[in-house]
Amino acid sequence: GDPIDKPLPRGKGEVNLSAFSFLFSELVQYSQTRTNQVTLLEQRLSDIGWSVGQRILDVIVFRERGLKRETRVVNILSFIQTTVWKILFGRAADSIEQSLEHKDQFMIIDQSPVTNKFISVPKELNQLNCAAFIAGV
Amino acid sequence: ASSAKRNGEQCYARAPKISAELFTLTYGSIVTQLLADYDTVDEVNTQLDQMGYNIGVRLIDEFLAQANITKCSSLKQTAEMIAKVGFKMFLGITANVGKWSADENEFSLILDENPLTEFVDLPENYSGLLYSNMLCGVIRGALEMTQMKVTCSFISDALRPGDDTTEIRVYFKEYLSEAIPINDE
Repeated sequence: GDPIDKPLPRGKGEVNLSAFSFLFSELVQYSQTRTNQVTLLEQRLSDIGWSVGQRILDVIVFRERGLKRETRVVNILSFIQTTVWKILFGRAADSIEQSLEHKDQFMIIDQSPVTNKFISVPKELNQLNCAAFIAGV
Repeated sequence: ASSAKRNGEQCYARAPKISAELFTLTYGSIVTQLLADYDTVDEVNTQLDQMGYNIGVRLIDEFLAQANITKCSSLKQTAEMIAKVGFKMFLGITANVGKWSADENEFSLILDENPLTEFVDLPENYSGLLYSNMLCGVIRGALEMTQMKVTCSFISDALRPGDDTTEIRVYFKEYLSEAIPINDE
């Protein structure tokens, strides 16, 4: 039927972390075949994350917040740190910090991003950070 | 068959988990990226299958290590293992096995639910897209590592208008001889 008539999934569904890790590592390897520059590779991972984040926001706001959106910077950041992180990764991010030099710069800190758990980065790519995907989200 | 079901449930229960929605949306974003990277839907189908194959050849090790199963003595047993242990262990769902050919070399995996297609609506101009084709590659790659050559394809997909079921057809071709594995060092 029309997807708009389907009830929104409750979001409690889970898959094996390995399934995600295999998929993500294949994404990294595929992206590597399309570019040999680390920054472009990170950009590709970030783009994929971006399209995930764009979609999950609507789902979460609709399901968890009764359509109420945050308009203040600190509130939306803490919403990302807690609610969004918990839904995606099963736990809140470790902290949020505001930069001392730039008032408009904030950092969301995650000590063990799931994207880096199973990825070993070879020497020639040592600049690569697969958490670019999460940043994209 | 019920012991396979129990085995699958235990494997799934033991495994660390992650949000199915993160998995689904990441898969969807990969498909979208492939549609941007390739000119035709057929090329995207091939690429999804190839990526699945790469995953399958790696995933089989974890499957065998976790599932504690002995060598399958028949294709029927293999089919049960894929449907009740493999699908359950990794995706949390089970498939139904059916539609065996007379020579017992072909069967179907029928999926009542498919976590890959949550939130997905196939636009008309992509009606030829085999959206979940990565699954076929995974099965093909994993079985190849156990010396079984198969072909694997979607013959119906509930995402498509007109298809009520999601069905993967698996054709057994031959047992591969115990050759030296590629890249064995």
